[in-house]
Amino acid sequence: MAAHLKKRVYEEFTKVVQQQHEDLSTKKLRLTKPSKSAALHVDLCKATSPADALQYLLQFARKPVEVESVEGVVRILLEHYYKENDASVRLKIASLLGLLSKTAGFSPDCIMDDAINTLQNEKSHQVLAQLLDTLLVIGTKLPENPSVRMRLVEVACKHLTDSSHGVRNKCLQLIGCLGPVEKGVSKEAESQAAKDVQKIIGDHFNDQDPRVRTAAIKAMLQLHERGLKLQQAIYSQACKLLADDYEQVRSAAVQLIWVLSQLYPESIVPIPSSNEEIRLVDDAFGKICHMVSDGSWVVRVQAAKLLGSMQQVSSHFLEQTLDKKLMSDLRRKRTAHERAKELYSSGEFSSGRKWGDDAPKEEIDTGAVNLIESGACGAFVHGLEDEMYEVRIAAVEALCMLAQSSPSFAEKCLDFLVDMFNDEIEEVRLQSIHTMRKISNNITLREDQLDTVLAVLEDSSRDIREALHELLCCTNVSTKEGIHLALVELLKNLTKYPTDRESIWKCLKFLGSRHPTLVLPLVPELLSTHPFFDTPEPDMDDPAYIAVLVLIFNAAKSCPTMPALFSDHTFRHYAYLRDSLSHLVPPLRLPGRKLVSSPVSPSITPHEDPSQQFLHQSLERVYNLQHLDPQGIQELLEFTIRDLQRLGELQSELAGMADFTATYLQCQLLLTKALQEKLWNVAAPLYLKQNALASAAAKQILEETYKMEFMYSGVESRQVVIIHHMRLQAKALQLIVTARTTRGVEPLFGMCEKFLQEVDSFQRCFISELPHMQGSFVDKLLDLMPRLVTSKPSEVVKILQTTLRQSTFLHLPLPEQLHRATANIIEPTGESDNPLRFTSGLVVALDVDATLEHVQDPQGTVKVQVLYPDGQAQLIHPKPADFRNPGPGRHRLITQVYLSHTAWTEPCQIEVRLLLAYNSNRSKASARIPKSTWSESLEALPPSENGIEGTIPFSKPVKVYIMPKPARR
Amino acid sequence: AFSLCPGAGQDVGRSCILVSIAGKNVMLDCGMHMGYNDDRRFPDFSYITQNGRLTDFLDCVIISHFHLDHCGALPYFSEMVGYDGPIYMTHPTKAICPILLEDYRKITVDKKGETNFFTSQMIKDCMKKVVAVHLHQTVQVDEELEIKAYYAGHVLGAAMFQIKVGCESVVYTGDYNMTPDRHLGAAWVDKCRPDLLITESTYATTIRDSKRCRERDFLKKVHETVERGGKVLIPVFALGRAQELCILLETFWERMNLKAPIYFSTGLTEKANHYYKLFITWTNQKIRKTFVQRNMFEFKHIKAFDRAFADNPGPMVVFATPGMLHAGQSLQIFRKWAGNEKNMVIMPGYCVQGTVGHKILSGQRKLEMEGRQILEVKMQVEYMSFSAHADAKGIMQLIRQAEPRNVLLVHGEAKKMEFLKQKIEQEFHVSCYMPANGETTTILTNPSIPVDISLGLLKRETAIGPVPDAKKPKLMHGTLLMKDNSFRLVSPEQALKELGLAEHQLRFTCRVHIQDPRKEHETGLRVYNHLKGVLKDYSVQHLPDGSITVESILIQATAHSEDQGTKVLLVSWTYQDEELGSYLTSLLKKGLPQSTA
Repeated sequence: MAAHLKKRVYEEFTKVVQQQHEDLSTKKLRLTKPSKSAALHVDLCKATSPADALQYLLQFARKPVEVESVEGVVRILLEHYYKENDASVRLKIASLLGLLSKTAGFSPDCIMDDAINTLQNEKSHQVLAQLLDTLLVIGTKLPENPSVRMRLVEVACKHLTDSSHGVRNKCLQLIGCLGPVEKGVSKEAESQAAKDVQKIIGDHFNDQDPRVRTAAIKAMLQLHERGLKLQQAIYSQACKLLADDYEQVRSAAVQLIWVLSQLYPESIVPIPSSNEEIRLVDDAFGKICHMVSDGSWVVRVQAAKLLGSMQQVSSHFLEQTLDKKLMSDLRRKRTAHERAKELYSSGEFSSGRKWGDDAPKEEIDTGAVNLIESGACGAFVHGLEDEMYEVRIAAVEALCMLAQSSPSFAEKCLDFLVDMFNDEIEEVRLQSIHTMRKISNNITLREDQLDTVLAVLEDSSRDIREALHELLCCTNVSTKEGIHLALVELLKNLTKYPTDRESIWKCLKFLGSRHPTLVLPLVPELLSTHPFFDTPEPDMDDPAYIAVLVLIFNAAKSCPTMPALFSDHTFRHYAYLRDSLSHLVPPLRLPGRKLVSSPVSPSITPHEDPSQQFLHQSLERVYNLQHLDPQGIQELLEFTIRDLQRLGELQSELAGMADFTATYLQCQLLLTKALQEKLWNVAAPLYLKQNALASAAAKQILEETYKMEFMYSGVESRQVVIIHHMRLQAKALQLIVTARTTRGVEPLFGMCEKFLQEVDSFQRCFISELPHMQGSFVDKLLDLMPRLVTSKPSEVVKILQTTLRQSTFLHLPLPEQLHRATANIIEPTGESDNPLRFTSGLVVALDVDATLEHVQDPQGTVKVQVLYPDGQAQLIHPKPADFRNPGPGRHRLITQVYLSHTAWTEPCQIEVRLLLAYNSNRSKASARIPKSTWSESLEALPPSENGIEGTIPFSKPVKVYIMPKPARR
Repeated sequence: AFSLCPGAGQDVGRSCILVSIAGKNVMLDCGMHMGYNDDRRFPDFSYITQNGRLTDFLDCVIISHFHLDHCGALPYFSEMVGYDGPIYMTHPTKAICPILLEDYRKITVDKKGETNFFTSQMIKDCMKKVVAVHLHQTVQVDEELEIKAYYAGHVLGAAMFQIKVGCESVVYTGDYNMTPDRHLGAAWVDKCRPDLLITESTYATTIRDSKRCRERDFLKKVHETVERGGKVLIPVFALGRAQELCILLETFWERMNLKAPIYFSTGLTEKANHYYKLFITWTNQKIRKTFVQRNMFEFKHIKAFDRAFADNPGPMVVFATPGMLHAGQSLQIFRKWAGNEKNMVIMPGYCVQGTVGHKILSGQRKLEMEGRQILEVKMQVEYMSFSAHADAKGIMQLIRQAEPRNVLLVHGEAKKMEFLKQKIEQEFHVSCYMPANGETTTILTNPSIPVDISLGLLKRETAIGPVPDAKKPKLMHGTLLMKDNSFRLVSPEQALKELGLAEHQLRFTCRVHIQDPRKEHETGLRVYNHLKGVLKDYSVQHLPDGSITVESILIQATAHSEDQGTKVLLVSWTYQDEELGSYLTSLLKKGLPQSTA
């Protein structure tokens, strides 16, 4: 017991020593170099048992080692390595060697010889494997040293005969990563190892251990990735591996076969047991297809994925993948797809099906039926019916890729894709809808297929429906019945899910403009016009009627005869819709009316140069004016701002840029106005007015600078400096105003100090940019800094005022691309007159649907604000999952906002708007700290907690009519 | 291994197979035949053993799944014929099997009034003998016999079994399904390379269309009818397909946001649904992965049916038993709804001739019910086949997965099996059998016999010669000892010691005549020098008595008794050194070089 205690005391003592070393290293950087290796040496010598030594090494591994001391440490480790008898310690040393050689900036060639030497006498297989791993690290660190690599490969080849799979594994990995890639560069007679690496690796394709076989194939693939052209001879070997017992081998072999098929697509291989020969890519395709019905799903996924990228395969092989011969009691049977097609071509649309409709037809010759196909037969049929959805998705993707490159295949695979619309897993359904959209320019939907497609419109998942709408946007329909069917189903969808309105209208817009001739015969029926009787005028606000009109008007655009079929009110409705939904209704050439030319006539391609030139010229003009009288500056600024704003309206692609500069000039204008000498010199009674103007200006500038910094995407650090500088000026202005209005000196002390701190932090943050800011406010301020620090607040204010007035106007460089973040709330529309009624004290969910453009990281920054009539505001953090990303720079927010309030006597409107939260401490480039935005708190969390400093509204507010009723007792 | 089919050989129903493998007897399934009401309904167990108890003869019984044609005769077999050994089945099978057996008993005894049938107590006693197994669990039945279950996908808890004794093995598939459906996954077996694969062959000559089309058709029909305001009747049997259709409709209702009610009749199903909820791990990927949010078998849209609901107005979907419309609730509802052309009946399975189901499927529109009533069928009649057996392709796929050396087809019709047999033999080049009921098939195996070897001997032997290659056989020297029912390979010395035998030495001696006029010891010296020069790697010694040893080979030179010019070299070696000895002799026979000595 006593001895035990003593040992513990001793152990603790050693720990204390360790920490002292740590302290030293943290405090004095210079000292670490000798101490690090020395400490390790001391520790290792002190270690009484292997377990102790292992502990020391483990501790050592936790701390990084500087580049300069790596070599010393390695020497010590190696020294100890030779002395050590325990395999686990040697293993740790070996792994440390690998870690150390990874140190950036360290060139491991000096320790290579030693590392290779350690291999000589090593008996433990594990250590050996670890050492080889270290060598691999060393080798990869020395890419431009062929002789070293050669040596390492040689070493690896020597250990290939080891009896442990781990060692062989590592050897193959090493050969794969370091083996010579270019033939002939190394001299022929270089050494034995330089002989064909491919052959060496190939020999291990039938190693007894599956792990080694896998490693061999992987090494081969690695060689391929590094640019070595694999020999075709490997192909037959790889084919044998497809029948391996182990899934990882098969999986790797599938990859290898794929690689070879891409390398030698056109070479000819014989078909075993016959005299025929086929192209290699076809053969490989057949083999990979065969693997789609493998026993292991990992292999199936792998195979299905790779099929998609084999586009060189001949079409007749490709089409076999969808082929499955049915039979029943040895008689040929048609598939449901064939029956559907036949039904369609026979002109019979909906037949009441009898039993035995699918009754088998002709007898099959028993000899001709091939149950296990040698070729590609039915690979996709199997893949799409697979048990695992991973396989099904992979198959759908592959189908998509193949269909994109082959129109005839696209036509054939349509039936199968349509079937996938009913998969049990939503992801698969969605994927197949997307796939269908991608290949839709190659295909025309048959009516029965369209029927199946349209049935999915009732799906309760919004994603599915919208994907389907998008699909319908670009499908070709063959008949007018098809169009009618689509319209009917879409209207059904509209009544079932009214929120899909926008998406459905858009869908009908494209459907109409794609099929004008098919819509034409439907027009009278759709508009329910009658040759003799006047029909009642439909309700203009009915979304379904609007949907029909959108279809018709878009068709009418390229069908001049159509307007003749319109009745009077249709023309009126056209005028109304053209105005209110201009993005959905195209300009039409109507009889008796002139075609209203659009403001920007499309014939003239928008030329960027003149407007861009204009932008730059106007800015030049402003920046050059330094010494005009204040009045002149003000006027010029006002004009320029007006010009820029107009330019932004006209040229949408320059809008961001123009707005940005206009805001900046606006700030400058405000500052100039606020600093007008006349105002500051007036007598005390007029202070108030001047004061109000200046403080309002300061406040507005602050706001604008935040907008400039956070609302635009593409702002670079050059602009950020200028913006921050402007903010600093505003703060100085604020200080001056407060100094002049407050009587006491006490509060001023704090304010001055705070301001000086800010100047200091500005200097620290933007030290690299300071040279560009000659003559600016901050430049002058920094010159006066020593004086400022020591002066009294009143003096500080004085100095500030003069510097502020004397400082020059900074030139704002423009970035390449600048976009202003915008948001548009689609839902709620704010048009409803029916208040949303709910019992007070309970919550009501309001669906919010908005599109966001050019918002970086919307999950973190976009918030929803609800303003109640009593001035109460509520900030809601949407869940990250509520954001979808339909395209680059575009986001969509679909969320629910929970409203609640105490009882009101009558309905009233609340405002819903989107806010952009910002935090100026958060640098733009650095990764955000994950925050707890999940919790949808009813009140805005304190800014410190959430990292939100302020918010900028960036969407038009939408009014929602609500009515909390008092609870009934 | 050999197998005997007391039950279903070339026949569907009454599955029962006896397999003898390496001296062990295993009975696979114990089914009954639905078509018979006499003794023929149960397998003839007298085939198994004419005299003596079954318990002594059978090592175990394995039940693949809960369908009555695979387990219906179990209580009869264990309680009435008498068997006390272990019965193996999976957990879901063990749970559901007694429900079905009890139901079957009730119908036979209570309704048809039969006597001499097993009782409820017998079912309970029988279930006590059951040992439940998990998937992929290797169960050691006794020291040599082990069994292992694989997923079969046919119904909940259906399993394929591998039976293994030593290195001989048999895989029995039971019924299985290679295409996944809405509630179960696909059958899977690893590449176990059994000596014999016993597979069902119900659909030996059928290749089926994709399941998706059938499902879509089914859903579309139901959906259309419901939208029209019509009522849909789906007659089902309580277990298996019914659950699949329920899941199918339930998810469809969920997806499409439909409101029409779905009802499910009978109490039996409730109990069964309960088990489906419990055995989630046996279902397919989708159900397994989503059960954390919601167990798919906790139906939201499907409610229990009440007799009164049938007269409710508006659309509805009703699942009712039995499946062939021959009696019970499904027939009652059918009679109520048949007159309205808006309604629809969907037959999801096969109907036996003579039932109402069969009649309407074959297009009969006027049915004569009991009491001379004529029922006019105006409602639409649809047929949807949802069968969960592997088709010909599926069977081939399973054979490819398992890579058996022989295949035996059961549970199918002889004519169809013939086709499949031919295909299997042609494509896999394995022999295929299709025994009839009561026929015995014997399959010769080539068992490998494990032999113990002492580590010392193994190391010593592997050290000689090139590095061992696992794929190539290697020659070893040793003594095979067959003692106490075990085989051991030991070194010859140890073998002698263990057997208490004295070692005998076998020596070869050979005389070689050399023409050498010199004296004997000089000749000896010359021979010594010569050999030393030639055999550099061996220890060649010249002993003081004038003889020479090369390793253990002795060479003595003596003068010829008659001719002094001729010397006789006596070479003597043991049997173990045969190679070196014969080499030396041939070397010496060539004569000594005319050296200077």
